[in-house]
Amino acid sequence: MSAINLIRIAFRALQRNKLRAFLTMLGIIIGVAAVIAMVAIGEGSKESIQSQLSAMGSNMITILPSSNVSGGVRIEGASFQTLTIVDVKAIQRNAEHVSAVSPVSSTKGQAIYGALNWPTSLQGVAPSYFDIRKLEIADGVSFTDADVATAAKVCVLGQTVINNLFPSGESPVGKVIRLNAIPLQVIGTLVPKGQSSFGQDQDDIILTPYTTVQKRILATIYFQSIYASAVSEGASAQATDEITEILRETHRLRPTDENNFQVRTMEELIKTLSSTSSLLTVLLTAIAGISLVIGGIGIMNIMYVSVTERTREIGLRMSIGARGVDILLQFLVEAIIISVTGGIIGVVLGVTAAKVITLALGWPTIVSESSIVLSFMVCALTGVFFGYYPAQAASRLDPIEALRYE
Amino acid sequence: MNNKILELQQIKREFVMGTETVRALKGVSFDVHAGEFVTIMGSSGSGKTTLLNLLGCLDKPTAGNYLLDGVDVGNLSRNELARLRNRKIGFVFQAYNLLPRTSALENVELPLFYNPSLTASERKDKAVKALEAVKLADRLDHTPSQLSGGQQQRVAIARALVNQPVMILADEATGNLDTRTSYEIMSLMQDLNKEGKTIVFVTHEPDIAAFSSRTVMLRDGKVVKDTVNENVRSAREALESLPPADDY
Repeated sequence: MSAINLIRIAFRALQRNKLRAFLTMLGIIIGVAAVIAMVAIGEGSKESIQSQLSAMGSNMITILPSSNVSGGVRIEGASFQTLTIVDVKAIQRNAEHVSAVSPVSSTKGQAIYGALNWPTSLQGVAPSYFDIRKLEIADGVSFTDADVATAAKVCVLGQTVINNLFPSGESPVGKVIRLNAIPLQVIGTLVPKGQSSFGQDQDDIILTPYTTVQKRILATIYFQSIYASAVSEGASAQATDEITEILRETHRLRPTDENNFQVRTMEELIKTLSSTSSLLTVLLTAIAGISLVIGGIGIMNIMYVSVTERTREIGLRMSIGARGVDILLQFLVEAIIISVTGGIIGVVLGVTAAKVITLALGWPTIVSESSIVLSFMVCALTGVFFGYYPAQAASRLDPIEALRYE
Repeated sequence: MNNKILELQQIKREFVMGTETVRALKGVSFDVHAGEFVTIMGSSGSGKTTLLNLLGCLDKPTAGNYLLDGVDVGNLSRNELARLRNRKIGFVFQAYNLLPRTSALENVELPLFYNPSLTASERKDKAVKALEAVKLADRLDHTPSQLSGGQQQRVAIARALVNQPVMILADEATGNLDTRTSYEIMSLMQDLNKEGKTIVFVTHEPDIAAFSSRTVMLRDGKVVKDTVNENVRSAREALESLPPADDY
């Protein structure tokens, strides 16, 4: 029997039982739609967790002076002075995987405004520091490269400092505070960040151009640390390698020398969080996969019922010349038509469902092509697998018995 | 008439039921020539059904030879039997066995689907011609539930005719019908026979056997009588002699 005849026969048989064919298909439709929608939700949340991580500065790289040996004595890293503006410029110029870099020169001091004072930390940074640490200006402006060049006496205040120096709620922008003996004009305030994951108050801070700290307060050319951000989380490792290479060169280290600096990333944190969201995706996919298998069992069930119910039809077909293989193929093609049609409808429904979820609930969803291809393949295979046994049962019927079947 | 369509030579068929062996046919021999209208009669348990299954190539004899149109059925595989049924035999059943919710035309087309050498348009032409032959040309799109019992059986006969078989094999084809409709079906059978179709008609009603040209009587697995009917009754005349249908 030709393939076209086969498909025509199977279609006609399905048409005779439209409702039943549709209900069987529904199992597959729901299964496929569930897989696609669930994977879309899983991928979407993974992506949004990752972008939130980036917002926290997960692609941040910290460069610290390293402990080194000096005459047999290991010296504490922070007091070791190796990082200078030359390093910052070199990284800025040469590192391809680094999007921003800023030196940090910090000191502690007593901030004074009127009758109030507050001990806090003064951080001298470049304007790019705001990008690297994802700091946002709440009020006023940030300082610029021009301010850095002139070692301008300007600053941006963190919320904790504001709370303690300006308790009445007046705007600090435009006011002049003093840090130790240096007057600094407040040009902006930071959006509060809260505590860091280590319990540190990230808002107890005053930011000022690094030159201001270096020249007017500390009188040094060295930095405590350099902050940089990789172009993406994935590029953290390459960025680390690049920075290491660049710094070894600027520090003129011989191949045998130990690094006199260390480069740290947030990689561990990223790994933990993204493995959590991968787990979520796997979990959702497994649940949806189970529903697809149940849909397949639905097909098998209906095909078995169908074979029993149509025993006389099978007997008749055999008596007018259908071979066993013709009957087998007919039922198999019926099962495949159900599962493939169900698969197509399921894909459309799943993609639509993902879009609706995004629109209605605001959840981020990403429909991945692989989930469409995979679930469609699985459901086509489901049709063959679950349709084969009932079809084989049909093909093995004895025509005499089948014709007499009541 | 020496063109033999069927040749049965000492056909035996035994069934093993647990430890017992049931001998349904105990050596049946007869020939059927082209253009004959043979009825096979017998009471329940006479082996009539077993013989019918053998004639229809649905079953194979335990012993003896059965030649259908010169082909020895005993040597054929299951698939070859299926092909033989498709090309050489037209079945008509007591219960019509039409596919439900399927038009008369599609029901008649059914055997042709298992013949890959035909195109869709050839299939349709043949089916329409077969339905014309049973005077149902105006009922092509009717489903079985929209047809009377007699009309359904005529669709079934059209289905049996459509692949131009060498023999039409009818199994109690009038069993589910009233007298008037039975006569209509027999009249159709006689017309087909006049056109040259060989018909083997299994029945237990002597009334029906009277319309055939020859009757083979089975009892207890053996042929007990094989008589040529000299005085074939015309189904059309019988139909006309019936009192007009009572209108309640």
